[in-house]
Amino acid sequence: MLVETGHFALALALALSLVQAVLPVWAARSGEPALRQATVQAALASFACVLFAFAALTFAHVTSDFSVQNVVENSHTAKPLIYKISGVWGNHEGSMLLWILILTLFGALVAVARNAVPPVLRANTLGVQGFITFVFVLFLVTTSNPFARVSPAPLEGRDLNPLLQDAGLAIHPPLLYVGYVGFSITFAFAVAALIDGRIDAVWARAVRPWTLAAWSFLTLGIAMGSYWAYYELGWGGWWFWDPVENASLMPWIAGTALVHSTVVMEKRDALKVWTVLLAILTFSLSLLGTFIVRSGVLTSVHSFAVDPTRGVFILAILVLFIGGSLTLFAWRAPLLRQGGLFAPISREGSLVLNNLFLVAACATVLVGTLYPLLLEMLTGDKISVGPPFFNATFIPLAVPLLLIVPFGQALAWKRGDVLAAAQRLFTALALALVVGLAALALTWGGPVLAPVGVGLGAYVIVGAALEIVGRARGYGANRARSAGVVARRAFGLPRSAWGTALAHAGVGVAVIGIAAQGWATEALATLKPGGTLASGSYVATLDRVAPRSGPNYEETAAFLTIRDRDGHVIGHLDTGKRFYPSRQMAVTESGLLTVGLSQVYASLGEVQPDGVGLRLYYKPLVLLIWLGAAVMAAGGGLSLTDRRMRVGAPVRAKVKPLPGAVPAE
Amino acid sequence: MSRAGLKSICLAACLAAGLGTAAAVQPDEVLKDPALEHRARAISAGLRCLVCQNQSIDDSDAPLAKDLRLIVRERLKAGDTDQGVEDYVVRRYGEFVLLRPVFGLHTVLLWASPLLAILLGGFGIWRLARRRTPAPERRLTASEEAEIAALLKRE
Repeated sequence: MLVETGHFALALALALSLVQAVLPVWAARSGEPALRQATVQAALASFACVLFAFAALTFAHVTSDFSVQNVVENSHTAKPLIYKISGVWGNHEGSMLLWILILTLFGALVAVARNAVPPVLRANTLGVQGFITFVFVLFLVTTSNPFARVSPAPLEGRDLNPLLQDAGLAIHPPLLYVGYVGFSITFAFAVAALIDGRIDAVWARAVRPWTLAAWSFLTLGIAMGSYWAYYELGWGGWWFWDPVENASLMPWIAGTALVHSTVVMEKRDALKVWTVLLAILTFSLSLLGTFIVRSGVLTSVHSFAVDPTRGVFILAILVLFIGGSLTLFAWRAPLLRQGGLFAPISREGSLVLNNLFLVAACATVLVGTLYPLLLEMLTGDKISVGPPFFNATFIPLAVPLLLIVPFGQALAWKRGDVLAAAQRLFTALALALVVGLAALALTWGGPVLAPVGVGLGAYVIVGAALEIVGRARGYGANRARSAGVVARRAFGLPRSAWGTALAHAGVGVAVIGIAAQGWATEALATLKPGGTLASGSYVATLDRVAPRSGPNYEETAAFLTIRDRDGHVIGHLDTGKRFYPSRQMAVTESGLLTVGLSQVYASLGEVQPDGVGLRLYYKPLVLLIWLGAAVMAAGGGLSLTDRRMRVGAPVRAKVKPLPGAVPAE
Repeated sequence: MSRAGLKSICLAACLAAGLGTAAAVQPDEVLKDPALEHRARAISAGLRCLVCQNQSIDDSDAPLAKDLRLIVRERLKAGDTDQGVEDYVVRRYGEFVLLRPVFGLHTVLLWASPLLAILLGGFGIWRLARRRTPAPERRLTASEEAEIAALLKRE
């Protein structure tokens, strides 16, 4: 019964979202502000409906209601509770429902965020948002109904893909979706601005928190996915340039560019048309990501949908939103007033450069991901575009970008002074050189690029710190003399300044972690109990191999003791091979031992009578990669708490309608 | 990750065939000469596992990947250069096997894409920076003027 009610709630959400889409247009036509106000209620109501539907599906999963097709295909009575819950979005239908839930949640947030958004802009934005919701709910109920019943109900479910039965999966998709879908708000704002034919600093200010929030969540989501792949797949890589990974990286890069261009727009009233285009492109790439993942064009564990009708529907959605919004852009963008000039040597100039390199990097990833598909379609030639291509093209674009980061921060708005900026950055450059040379000396004979990367990371981090120090100390006559004043002023700086510095420092931290992987070592051997294997500065001893059983799997586990070269015990870890009888699948569980920021990583290979295959990696400073991403997201979060993000345009609703005045829109 | 998917598919295939589980490079495949083995690993990382999705033979569990790894090592032992080994594999399996696409007429747009993007963007910025005259201020509409007048009256 609850399942049917959930289904009904979804149908209700479909109707409500259509109402939400139509109301602002009607309000503009009839000039009736009450209609505009009703958009807010519609957004809240459709969120409530989708939330109910999602709760109903979750209930069916938790109670193992095997009369529901979706539960049969993805659940099992013996599955631990946490995976019964995460199993709700571990499949196509459920993940789309989660996508829509987040979509309507954002709609509801825009609806209640009264101070931040001018009423007309809010209503139009909610209208666009309502239309997106309508199309996606339509997709769900017509092609991918999560509430479909099955009769007769089987006694047991088919269980969730074992690779997905992991705490990482419980968090990875929701974070990623909040990021993806969060950009729908920016998109809706952009389309609303195009419809309105007006865009200004108020728009930029209204959009910025949403962009920043979406970006922060996407950062965390990608980092989480990367860490999950690192420990779950068992061969120690953290990024594979896999099409599905690229699909999440592209909106992230475009979103990063967007976060920066909205700043320019807010401060300098420049780059307006570009920002609108970027907002459209970012969400388009999010949609493309959804398409790449779900259409079955690229088969993978993420491609829950291999049904061609769904593929066609998704393609239609893509054409509608991407094509539609770009057409609207081409038609309406000339109406938007171009404002604010910028000098090449200024902070806005450097932010333009930042956008140039980010967009070029994004375009490279896009071309690299889609090129094999297009080439095969056009000429029949089959080629592969793999990690060597992306490393060769992406890194040369990323390095100049990293070099500009502290530079841009050291330049003033409007007109900057390169020499003064370089002087201010002297400390950063000197320190980076020292760090790089020290790393080179310590690892003499090792790879040369790793110390260069570490130096680059150090430069970005010190540059971020200098930004805070510089601003706190002040310039010219205002220059503080005592350290106490500088410290006091530093604490008085707006939180967005701290957030920016933190996010930039996070980039540097991640760069150091990535560069340090040049020093990673790998060893491989067949071991009998008592045998040893050395990798880097660590030695692993195989203590024993023993069977183990979990709630829904059988496991062969190898227990290792890790010692340093002098024979002191550092710790223990175990790695195993799990077999899930319900799916007839085996999964490697890697064993990790964290030593400071580095990790010893073991992965079990073939188990044979004469010994077990064992792979041992030493991953120096590897945790910095994800820690850096977390610091970046924290920087975004800190900026969000800035007062300026919350105070916005005055509320017009409190003013009585003016007699005789015609509404401006 | 699609690698996860393939890994599972490969594993499932291995299990179904009764081969037991396998994981990437096996200890028995490793060459005695560390320098030669190092070269073999580097070459393997650039060759695609043909039955997998975007996975190198160095990472793959598939039996076919194992065969290819052995071929690479055999050719190296026979004295081939790195390029020679690659050419040998490409002759047998086609260009699809290379994870780093060769530069040619059919891939020129692919390899040029970063440069093209920078040039195109740079041109756009140059045009934007050159436009010295600011656009004229937008005039307020009559309704906006009326609104301001009304607001001022209320003050």
